[in-house]
Amino acid sequence: MTLERKTRLIGLYLFLGFIACIFVLPILFMVMSSLKPDLQLLSDSSSLRAFLPVGDIGVDNYRDAFSRAPVGLFIFNSVFITATTLVLSLFLASIAAFSFVFIEWRGKTVVLAIIIATYILPFETVAVPLLLLVNNLPWLSTEGVTWGWLNSYQVQIVPWIIRALEIFLFVQYFRDLPRDLVESARVEGASWFQIYRRVVMPLSGPVIATVAILKFLEMYNNQFIWPIMVVQEEGLRPIMVGLLYFFQLNTAWGEIMAYLTIITVPVLAFYLVLQRAFIASIASTGVKG
Amino acid sequence: MASRLTQQNRAGWLMAGPAFLLIAAFLIIPFFMAIGFSFTNQRLVSPNPTEWVGTANYKRLFGLSILTLEAERNEDGAVRTKDGEPVFPSLRSYTRNKDDYPEYYRKREWFSFGRGVDRRTFVLASDVVFLKAVRNTLFFVVVVAPLQAAAALGLALLINRKVRGINIFRTIYFMPVVISMVVVSMLWRFIYDGQNGLLNTVLDMLTFGWFEPVDWLGQKSTALPSIMAMSIWQGVGFHMIIWLSGLQTIPESLYEAARIEGASRWQTFRYVTWPGLRNTAILVMIIITMQAFTLYPQIAVMTGGGPLDSTQSIVFQMVERGYGKQDISGGSTISVFLFLFVLSISLLQRWLTREK
Repeated sequence: MTLERKTRLIGLYLFLGFIACIFVLPILFMVMSSLKPDLQLLSDSSSLRAFLPVGDIGVDNYRDAFSRAPVGLFIFNSVFITATTLVLSLFLASIAAFSFVFIEWRGKTVVLAIIIATYILPFETVAVPLLLLVNNLPWLSTEGVTWGWLNSYQVQIVPWIIRALEIFLFVQYFRDLPRDLVESARVEGASWFQIYRRVVMPLSGPVIATVAILKFLEMYNNQFIWPIMVVQEEGLRPIMVGLLYFFQLNTAWGEIMAYLTIITVPVLAFYLVLQRAFIASIASTGVKG
Repeated sequence: MASRLTQQNRAGWLMAGPAFLLIAAFLIIPFFMAIGFSFTNQRLVSPNPTEWVGTANYKRLFGLSILTLEAERNEDGAVRTKDGEPVFPSLRSYTRNKDDYPEYYRKREWFSFGRGVDRRTFVLASDVVFLKAVRNTLFFVVVVAPLQAAAALGLALLINRKVRGINIFRTIYFMPVVISMVVVSMLWRFIYDGQNGLLNTVLDMLTFGWFEPVDWLGQKSTALPSIMAMSIWQGVGFHMIIWLSGLQTIPESLYEAARIEGASRWQTFRYVTWPGLRNTAILVMIIITMQAFTLYPQIAVMTGGGPLDSTQSIVFQMVERGYGKQDISGGSTISVFLFLFVLSISLLQRWLTREK
């Protein structure tokens, strides 16, 4: 390697590293701050110590955050809502896509076109009328029929189960699968559901991962505007809304940083382990045409 | 044959039905409800029956009047001034006088501009906060979309090369994308803090103490730009990935040809890379624009629309009314307006990517 190439390569790495700092340092700052008492936290932020685990390091902020707010409950709510929606979404989106691709039924072109058209409908544009709608919906529970979905789990789950993008991603993937597989299973007398379950789904690992990751990010990270509108009961709120709990204090930044770290680290860990799948799923949202 | 068709019809509807019903119930029906409610005075709960009000909601949002006033004069005919500025008659005498000036009634000043020394034109609006929210959102979109797209392209070009360890950098640049905007907003609220904020410290160090600390979110001129910078920080990795998958569709042979022709780096970009990215470029711009239009968590967590309404956004106003004031019709009207925006953007995309 010539000297000139070497210098240029070092320059490139320095530049790459500098940009990496812009993305990493704020996150590092969050994690480090969560370990420091408030006074030190504020004085440290005037020097590079802000990014280092120095001084009086401990998990006091975490303990205080847990005792200040029902953090465990918020986490449970989010995990429960995310997991339920995820499972229902994968099932209903894939089976619908299966019928669009492999079965000839009357009206399917129209139905698929309507579903795809809703892709341009951001949730924000229907949130307000949906608030009125869910306020008047019935629900069957152990106490019989109740009216109004406000302050419940179902109001945070059911409206989010399906989005056009998920069906679309499955449809695209299924279209590339060899049709012979389905035809021959059909000839052998398998029912449509058996073909879906035994033939098509076992081949669909990549698209299942893509949809699961997108749904996970949408449900775990982005549930904010809707639960604020429909869930006033603290015990049912998800983690992102739980953050509002810390607004009422005269900003104890250490506790807030601890809370932010608790809710962010699992996602970051997921991402670092499954980064290829994460990046592939984001790239696939770009193939929409 | 007939039985096979009916059987297929049944299986098809059974399998697609649940998904279609959910989309119909929770997206399509509410969408039409929004259009309907925008012509009524519907509230979440009300003892009075809902009434049809025609376009009153739209008129209330967009009602504008222009009023040009002459400065007041002293007895000698000279313009009366106070602190060197001409004095104009009180606007209240126009906006609180229903009998003489019904067109100005209950409107408020949005902005004004002088015309010569003794005349000033006042633009009055019936909903100043909403119009500010629209202006801020458009400003946000117009600044963030091109900046974020360009930054993302820069990053994509930077990491689209085969050197050792490049994947580590890709992983790092993408990292903020998987963090919730709510978390990012809270974290940056601390970073932007005027007294103990990290950003002031860093700028202070980089300029060797020359930099004066700024209360980034606390003043009108910096609040929205600060939110823009943070939004770009969070979202740029997302679009970097989309650019990157566009870059990888450009065949290597084209680059080789350019190298043989002795093309400079800029020429290679201009004549090989950029033409190959046309559709990606449109896609990236559309995605960013759509995301930018629904600006909400940053505002709710960081500023609540302040200071002085300088960070109000369309969706923030929609939630304030639809949920905060339980004014379903007012919130729905804003929803319809937002939808028209988004629709025109995606029609633009259709038109730009049409088959020639």
